[in-house]
Amino acid sequence: MKVLVPIKRVIDYNVKVRVKADNTNVDLANVKMAINPFCEIAVEEAVRLKEAGTATEVIAVSIGDKSCQEQLRTALALGADRAIQIDTDQNLDSLNVAKLLQKVVEEEQPQLVILGKQSIDSDNNQTGQMLAALTGLAQGTFASEVKVEGDKVNVTREVDGGLQTVALNLPAIVTTDLRLNEPRYASLPNIMKAKRKPLDVKSAADFGIDLSPRSTLLKVTPPSERQAGIVVETVDELVEKLKNEAKVIS
Amino acid sequence: MSILVFAEHDNSELKADTLKTVAAAQAIGGDIHLLVAGSNCAAVAEQAAKVNGISKVLIADNAAYEYQLAENVSLLVTELASDYEHIIATALTTGKNFMPRVAALLDVAQISDIIGVESADTFVRPIYAGNAIATVQSLDSKKVITVRSTGFDAVATDGNAEVVSLDNATDAGTSAHVSDELTVSERPDLGAAGVVISGGRGMQNGDNFKLLDGIADKLGAAIGASRAAVDAGFVANDMQVGQTGKIVAPDLYIAVGISGAIQHLAGMKDSKVIVAINKDAEAPIFQVADYGIVGDLFDVLPELESKL
Repeated sequence: MKVLVPIKRVIDYNVKVRVKADNTNVDLANVKMAINPFCEIAVEEAVRLKEAGTATEVIAVSIGDKSCQEQLRTALALGADRAIQIDTDQNLDSLNVAKLLQKVVEEEQPQLVILGKQSIDSDNNQTGQMLAALTGLAQGTFASEVKVEGDKVNVTREVDGGLQTVALNLPAIVTTDLRLNEPRYASLPNIMKAKRKPLDVKSAADFGIDLSPRSTLLKVTPPSERQAGIVVETVDELVEKLKNEAKVIS
Repeated sequence: MSILVFAEHDNSELKADTLKTVAAAQAIGGDIHLLVAGSNCAAVAEQAAKVNGISKVLIADNAAYEYQLAENVSLLVTELASDYEHIIATALTTGKNFMPRVAALLDVAQISDIIGVESADTFVRPIYAGNAIATVQSLDSKKVITVRSTGFDAVATDGNAEVVSLDNATDAGTSAHVSDELTVSERPDLGAAGVVISGGRGMQNGDNFKLLDGIADKLGAAIGASRAAVDAGFVANDMQVGQTGKIVAPDLYIAVGISGAIQHLAGMKDSKVIVAINKDAEAPIFQVADYGIVGDLFDVLPELESKL
């Protein structure tokens, strides 16, 4: 079976983002970029399904300008077989991303689409669910375990109260949570090999979808900073402060 | 203008977060209806009717909604959507799961995790794990919104709204519930507790989390954990406080053996008072803590328990 893995280029998770002085957005100039950590987990899961003989082909897809080819090459180095870049300069809403991915799903007919549950830039947590709605497929979000069994996939999900397992008819959409797997590091030979794997470029405009924005970003501000407090020397002092100064315990 | 708020519940109890989500709906303004979708959930509808600020409780009591599977609940909400300009759910795992489906089915964007309401179409939400705060104006005719409950104060529960039964019963037939592995605890919910005490990597193993029990008992606290502690297998995933876990804002948050990664701070930095206990004086957690103790948690915890 074919597995499709949509991935996103985002700010590296180790970089502390700064808001631009004019409050129009965050400053991404000359900032290190990387594959979104949840997307990397999605690639790893797909590659593991292939190594287990469950998947036959792993296709990575990313939407963005030419620079996202770097992340697609990373996915190829991790074990994806081929890649698709959907070229656009626009910063798309999750809904428009899902609409483009819907077209890719129609074209490629994957049995499983594995996405990250959210990207660490916009923190939307929407694309996988929206893609599932548009394709009419079942979804297993926030997955910590994925087991393909016949024409179904069992997905164990991280939910507020603990874990929940659902059985989904295939084809299905899965979004990854942190503990699904620990992604491997790409080896040097695999990085070299990835350079020769096929990477198709398609223009977003060719899909015939209205990609006009659904919202306007009015401003971006830094969060209110918390002031560091005091270091107390003893537990007695702490208890005294909590009782009499902060008044949060009695 | 009408607003539909999805009630968070487990078929027997209405979650307190819903009261905060209703507060967000009130900030938008309009006639607010509360939807209870579940199975054998009449008790929830009764509690929902007491929520202040709503005019109606809609109850969809059907086996198709028992586990609130996204495929089925999103169809139900979409069926009701034509009567509402705003559709709102709490940004907990149920709402996060089905709401984007609703948005896509209605061909509108979703505004996730709002912490503030500027007007009926303009909302405030954290991005980049809370390191920036965005003000976003929706251009869609219908607004699909999830609410981060820590951003709003709960409404009271001495109301008396009308309860209306729905006969919707849509089952998409594409997914089925298999099993739950839910943590049973006598302690309050992380999201609702006035005091939270969390352990991190410094706890060293799962057994040592018992050191938090006595303090939690005395303070009526919920027990949480950092991602490092969950990843290391010390405790279950549902205890994780942080950007990708639970977002909490209790009156008192005690961080024990937690260094204070950005990811963790994003989940607790709106707490009223933060206490940090860590042997590393340079740990970033001290930069957000109101009171810090630099010391070995294995000495500090027993002493703290005895002195509370």
